[in-house]
Amino acid sequence: MTHENAPLPVESAAPLVSVENLSVTFRSPDKTVTVVNDVSFTLREGEALCLLGESGSGKTVTMRSLMRLLPPTAHYTGRIRLRGIDVLALKAGQLSGIRGSLVSMIFQEPMTALDPVFTIGQQIAETVRRHDGVSHAAARTRALDLLELVQIPSARRRLDAYPFELSGGLRQRAMIALALSCRPRILLADEPTTALDATVQIQVLLLLRSLQRELGMSTIFVTHDLGVACEVADRVAIMYAGRFVEHGAVDDVLTHAAHPYTEGLLHSTVHAERQGGRLEPIAGSPPDLAALPPGCSFEPRCVFARAACRAGMPPLSERGAGQLARCIRGSSIHEASAPVYDAEASL
Amino acid sequence: MTDQTLSLPLTERPAAIRPSTSYWSGVRRRLARDPVTMICAAILLVILAAVIFAPLLFPLDPYKTSMIRRLKPPGTPGFLLGTDELGRDMLARLIHGGRLSLFMGFAPVLVATCIGATLGIIAGYAGGAVNMGIMRIMDVFYAFPSVLLAVAISGALGPGIINGLFALTLVFIPPITRVAESVTTQIRAQDFVDAARATGASATRIVTGHVLSNVAGPILVYAAGLISVSIIIASGLSFLGLGVSPPTPEWGLMLSAMRQAIYVAPVNAVLPGAMIFIVSICFNMMSDGVRSAMDVRA
Repeated sequence: MTHENAPLPVESAAPLVSVENLSVTFRSPDKTVTVVNDVSFTLREGEALCLLGESGSGKTVTMRSLMRLLPPTAHYTGRIRLRGIDVLALKAGQLSGIRGSLVSMIFQEPMTALDPVFTIGQQIAETVRRHDGVSHAAARTRALDLLELVQIPSARRRLDAYPFELSGGLRQRAMIALALSCRPRILLADEPTTALDATVQIQVLLLLRSLQRELGMSTIFVTHDLGVACEVADRVAIMYAGRFVEHGAVDDVLTHAAHPYTEGLLHSTVHAERQGGRLEPIAGSPPDLAALPPGCSFEPRCVFARAACRAGMPPLSERGAGQLARCIRGSSIHEASAPVYDAEASL
Repeated sequence: MTDQTLSLPLTERPAAIRPSTSYWSGVRRRLARDPVTMICAAILLVILAAVIFAPLLFPLDPYKTSMIRRLKPPGTPGFLLGTDELGRDMLARLIHGGRLSLFMGFAPVLVATCIGATLGIIAGYAGGAVNMGIMRIMDVFYAFPSVLLAVAISGALGPGIINGLFALTLVFIPPITRVAESVTTQIRAQDFVDAARATGASATRIVTGHVLSNVAGPILVYAAGLISVSIIIASGLSFLGLGVSPPTPEWGLMLSAMRQAIYVAPVNAVLPGAMIFIVSICFNMMSDGVRSAMDVRA
């Protein structure tokens, strides 16, 4: 606890979030599983990134490692810097110095992410008081402001409501208010709308989008819903088996996907333009992370697979303005036998 | 957003936004509507009041013996509930005995709850080796049936109230620890603990704030159920001559002493047992009622 007040080392003029070659490995007595593998990205002030992928692709783990919110069995390698602070080098006691104030998080299931025995107001006010050291009354006023900020109707009465008294949408708004209570610069949202029904989903997404712009926060969304990604993000990263397989601006990635997996995702999603057509599923299922195929992890399910794909994991290669894809098809190294250009090195 | 709600007709407002001290007032309302719990609470209250205040208000002598008026039936003038095998006033002895019996019911559970809850929360929250250490020690105590353990400990320490209290406390620590540990383990896995960490709360803050307030309910309900067990085991110890020693009035000891008179004066002989029975069943039913009244969130 003595570390809490120690000044954190800050380097200026760095991007707000910078992740370099992050790998997260879970070690248990019987096996070692690398859940996140060599992930790199940066995020500028006010930018929204969406991590997209199916269950078990490592999106949540990637996001949680930004605030080291993983069980102690997790081992990190690589580097995570938030506003220049090296998160992985912080001592356990120093973590509370960045959690909440620099980086904060919204959870998927607002019912379980709010403490059932305290009212919404108590939970927000307690966090405010802990961080800002203000009086009870001031914290309560701030809690009320926050509930109004997230557009909870009759906010004054909702302050004294317990989580179980609120509807799913209101609960998620309260969760957002709690996450915003210490004015974070980076907001992490772990499938913030998955537990909500479709009509409420879009309201919450629009709210998040407008809050992000209004408060100038950087946001990282985790989702498996392409629609959500289009709605909220500036950039999108597609994850498969713990790696980024494609990364770029939302419009670029969704209009001309470079990786077969991204294409597969797009084809298996309902679009307005493709109404009436049959959806094309991606054949097969995601690989076991403890026993990945020797080459490209997507190769066993890929319609374009060929012998070269089994030779090794292709590097992320550039496909136009800032778009990266991890596939040998259509890359500048298309038919080359060995990778000649490692995009990550130039990031 | 605000415009939308204003345009909602009042009748369509969800019930939830009624001004809300609602959780506890809801608990109170549900309790008031539960006749069994209310009756049990009333009986316990009457017994508790009698045990605490009657000796202060009326001249009751539980020790005055008389060979002439032994085993008089209930209703004898001057002896509302009759007399025991040494001619002592049963009512006076039951009331004075209740003080000790109820104290033997509450005190060990109270102490064991404090110790057990602390150990259980530490074990549940810390996990790993700490959990292993604490819970395996508890398992050792758990291996013995509770009555046998209480008899063994107070047998080893010798008779006496203090030793009896100590034995009972030791008997109740493991089950309370186990309940606290399992509830804490569940709570710890909940997202709101992660959420608290994500807003920068320290481990101490999470335990004293979030874990304790969530764990307190189940532990207290469980402990309330143990009070009756404690009364029964305490009476059992006295019955076996290990707890309180004569002539001190205590329900279990009275039951033991009167059992030879069961054919001569059955009603008198059964009275202490009836008191033990009534008090324990009332405690059990009341803790059940409180549990279901508090349990809306699940």
